[in-house]
Order: sequence, then C-alpha cells, then structure tokens
Amino acid sequence: MSALTIRNVKKSFGNTHILKGINLSIEAGRFLTLVGPSGCGKSTLLNIIAGLESPSSGEILIGDRNVNQLSPKDRDIAMVFQSYALYPNMNVRKNILFGLEIRKVPKAEQAAIVDRIARMLQIENLLDRKPAQLSGGQRQRVAMGRALARDPKLFLFDEPLSNLDAKLRVSMRAEIKQLHQRLKTTIVYVTHDQIEAMTLGDYIAVLNNGEVQQFGTPDAIYNDPANRFVADFIGSPPMNFIPCEVVGSSSQGFGVKMTHEGGDFVLEASGDLKPWLGKHVVLGIRPEQITHVVTSRLDERGVSGHACPVHLCEPTGPDTLVTTSINQTKVLARVRPDTAGTPGQSMDLMFDMNKAVFFDPTTGERLRFQLLKAA
Amino acid sequence: MVESMPGVKQRPLMRAVVYVPLILTAIYFLLPLIVMLLTSVKTMDEIRAGNLLSLPATLTFEPWAKAWDKMGGTFTNSFMIVVPAVAISTAVGAFNGFVLTKWRFRGSELLFGMLLVGCFIPFQVILLPMARTLGLLGLAGTTGGLILVHVIYGLAFTTLFFRNFYVAVPDELVKAARIDGAGFFTIFWRIILPLSGPIIVVSVIWQFTQIWNDFLFGVVYSSGETQPITVALNNLVNTSTGVKEYNVDMAAALLAALPTLVVYILAGKHFVAGLTAGAVKG
Repeated sequence: MSALTIRNVKKSFGNTHILKGINLSIEAGRFLTLVGPSGCGKSTLLNIIAGLESPSSGEILIGDRNVNQLSPKDRDIAMVFQSYALYPNMNVRKNILFGLEIRKVPKAEQAAIVDRIARMLQIENLLDRKPAQLSGGQRQRVAMGRALARDPKLFLFDEPLSNLDAKLRVSMRAEIKQLHQRLKTTIVYVTHDQIEAMTLGDYIAVLNNGEVQQFGTPDAIYNDPANRFVADFIGSPPMNFIPCEVVGSSSQGFGVKMTHEGGDFVLEASGDLKPWLGKHVVLGIRPEQITHVVTSRLDERGVSGHACPVHLCEPTGPDTLVTTSINQTKVLARVRPDTAGTPGQSMDLMFDMNKAVFFDPTTGERLRFQLLKAA
Repeated sequence: MVESMPGVKQRPLMRAVVYVPLILTAIYFLLPLIVMLLTSVKTMDEIRAGNLLSLPATLTFEPWAKAWDKMGGTFTNSFMIVVPAVAISTAVGAFNGFVLTKWRFRGSELLFGMLLVGCFIPFQVILLPMARTLGLLGLAGTTGGLILVHVIYGLAFTTLFFRNFYVAVPDELVKAARIDGAGFFTIFWRIILPLSGPIIVVSVIWQFTQIWNDFLFGVVYSSGETQPITVALNNLVNTSTGVKEYNVDMAAALLAALPTLVVYILAGKHFVAGLTAGAVKG
C-alpha cells in the first residue's frame, strides 16, 4: 500500500505556475527526497503535502485517505523545519510536548513519551533548557524529537540540515538515516543538496521548473538520467557535456568525434547511433569515467586512451581533478594524484564509454539507443 | 566612548572641549525643570522678590498641597482614561499585527497601508466628525468616549509597532504550531504573545505618554467631572481672576508631568531595546 500519493498536483499564482502537474507515490516506510535548485517548487510541494498551502488542483492521499480538505493538524503528519522553529518561550520538554498537550494526551503518557524520545535522541540533559541555550545540532535534535513525539504516519523534513556547518551536517545526515532505518517511518525530505538526496533517499524526485524531471532510485538517477538537467544536477563535480558529431567508427560501430588542440580522435559508442549519423549530439560522461590509463583495461570494449592537453590540476586528496578542453568545452577528469600531468603539457586519459549517455543538443532529452552486439 | 577616542583621553584640553559643551547643554535643558522645582517650594513673597534661581529661604510644601487639592480629582480621571485606553489599544494592536503578518488574507497589505495613513491624520481634522459620532453613540462627555477616541487614534501606531515586530518572527513558528494542532487563538496566546515583551513595552510607553499628555481631545470631548489633568492644568494656570500663584502653578505642572516621567524612567531603557529588537532566535 502506498503511504503517500500525489496525483496531478498543480499550483499557480495568476500566471505563475509553481507546480505543473506533479505525480509521485511511495510505499510505507520509504524515504523520498525531493531535490532541485531553489525556486523549483519543492518546498511548495512539501507545504501542500502538509496542508499549509492548498493546491490549485490535484489530489494528496496519505495512506488511502484523501486529505485535500483536511487541515494540517488532522493529516497525521509531523514536520521538521529549516529554522527548527522551536517555540522560543518554552523549554525543550514543553516544545516536545506542545502537540501532545493540544491533543489532550494524558499526562502520564506524555511523560513516558518525553522520556523515550529524550533517550532516543540523547537530549535527556537538555530537557529544561530554552532553545536559545542550545547549539545548532542540539536544536535540530529537539526539532526531530518534537516531530517524533506524536508518532505520525508521515514525516516531512524541509531542508533540515541547511543551517548547520558542514561537519555537523554530515553527522546529522547519518543520524537521520539511522533513525529511519530503526523506526521504519515514511519520510519526505526536501533538500537542494544533491549529496543529501543521494545518501538519504530510497527514492529521489528531481524537480525543476515545477515539474518532476525524474523519479527513481538513487542508482537510476545517477547512472540513467532522464535528461541533461538531471545528469547535470546530480553528481559532484558534475557530468561533462561535450557537443560532438556522430561518425562511423573503425569497428563498424558508431563513435563521436573529439577535437582538441593536439588533434582528433573518435570515442566508440556502445549503442546503435545510426539515426544520428552525421548529426550533432551531446555526450555526457562523468569525471570518474575519464581517468588515468590503466593498461590492463585498454582492450575492454568502449575503453580507450587518448593524449589530452592539461589546463588545470585540482588535487582533492584521494583524486586529482584534471581540466582539459575537448570540442571547445571544458572537460573534467578524475585521476590518481601521482599520474596527474602538468598544466601546459599533455597526459594520456582513459575514456570509459560504457556508462556514457547522449542527449539531444536542442531539447536536452536523453537519446536512447539499442545496444550493439559485441563484434 | 572615551576608550575609543584615545586622543581625547590623553589630552586634558581635548577633554574639556568635549565635556564643557556637554555639561552646558545639560544645564540648559535642565534649567526649566530646576526653576519649576525651586518655584514650587517657595512662598509667594519670595517669588515676588524676583530671583528665579535662588534657593528657597523658607521651604514650603503648601503649594503642592494646594495643587493636589485642585487637581487630585483630575489626576484620577486621567488614570481612568489612560489605563484602559493603553491596555485596549496595545491588545488590539498586537492582535492586528499578528493577523497582518502571520494570517494574511487578500487585501491585508492594502488594509495595513490604510491603517498607516491613520498615523498622519492631524487631530484637528477629526474633531467635528468624532464629536458627532460620540454624540450618536451616547458617549459625549464621558470617560468611555475619551477612551474610545484614544483607542482609535492609537491603533494605527500600535498596529504598526506590532506588525513590524512580528514580521521578523519566523513564519515557520506558526507553521510548526499549526501542524502541532494549535488554532488561531492558541498560537497567538501561547506562541506569539510570550515573544512580544519588548514591543509591548514600546507600545505601552508610547501610548501612555501620548494619551496622558493629550490636551486637545481632552478639552473637546470631556465635561466637568471627566476632565483629564492636562485640561485642569490649563484651567488652573489660565485663570484670570485673583492673584496668580506661580508656586501652585509650578507644582500642578510638575504633578501633571510626573506619571510620564516615572514611566519613562522605569521602562525607558526597554523602549530603545524594544524598538531595535530584531528577529526572535528560535
């Protein structure tokens, strides 16, 4: 049974269309992340699920109940906000209990719930403090505690980690994931951070301009992007997009022509590119698919080495990012630090075309081809 | 301040250049108050002798007793007007501010704009229409009528204060409370109002000072027994019969000024803090 169904939800203000027909559905116990750049409508969608805003049209179902007409308090949801939104005049205990108190939960039960949650989130020693006396991470925990107190059907997270510093963000991210694994609750999590989206979600919905660009598992989103926007948005450093011409290759397959200041070469494609022969496409290839040469792999299909000019080297520690230029486009390669070349000279780079994808140069849609049988 | 100006600290001459004008200015501004105080405890004979600034040869509190005799009743009148008027206008202002920022509706910005205009309407303009309105309501010449006028006139300001304060309170607080199950009034009473301390102080001081010092509305809309103290003071000082008792006049004027002075001394430092208070840290 699906825990949350969003059916053709639209939201407009006059002629401004914030959401243009969203369809999503997740089963109980799953973690859905909504990711997209600012202004893509993800927070609006979350507010509509919460009932804080109403859709212009479309349906929201929580469980199998249509909640369109229900106010937020009757939807059996809890929400964690970016600014934590703790009530400043109440201490931590009262913050956690506020919702229960309003719902007239018996006192004894309230006390038991606070105990359980304080233990779970390790905030027992903070219960009598005011929010102003807490650090960012502690406030975040209390905000989660408040959401957990009512044990709702659906948890909504609105960019809950954006206000934390980088290190704390990573550890809180892991805690949220752990909490989800333990409690098996259904979560909808909004973020603009693609790494958060990838690490946390069972499913990811990538939004842009009020439309779902792609809805799928993190693996599908990363390796099988539906269009150039998704390919570009997910992954850091982002995928390389190289405009190029489709040509026939030596082995009766097809390839794409690459040109740089040192000369030309052809990268062999694994798909049947015949419909685009002689036309221009955009090759999408991730930096980790352009590496230093591993000799033993060179005879694999779709793998080839080519000398490329080095423009810039950026060591990150485990890898060094090497910038080169192909078809007048900046291209990033991820190489082992000791193999990185010197700017101004050229180095051999190995291109692995097996996970490469192609896009229509005008629409940005993914071009899908039949795989060619091995010769 | 001195620490941040090392040049001043080192050279006594520079110091004098800063402090002497400061002290002179302070004396200049304090002088009327000193003259009033001194005059109010002198006998009439001594006042007629003519030296405004001399210390009283014989200290007398009779003028104060006399002033209280004449004005004591209106002192109470003023309180009867000021306390409810301040309380009501502050409470309604807080409520307005809450609705205008956290419960917006179509046209709420326009409504706020129109309310703001209220801050700029001169008192004289509404004298006649308001007199007619009070007459129709049967409130002419009553304390209730004066309270109503002051509440209406004060609303524009108190709404402005609270609205600007609540704009800085994060909307997410209200969203969180709504999801927690709190309704309109619960959110106002349990979440928003407890945050409003600083701006309540501002509103109370502002309204108290305005209403206590008001003369025009008082003189127009009150009758004999409901007169506020400012009107009584005017009547006392402007009598053209009998001997002018300057010492009583001064004591009466000080009496009329005392409450606003006390309010400001007690809560003055919160006034500035409240006006400059920023977002509520959650």
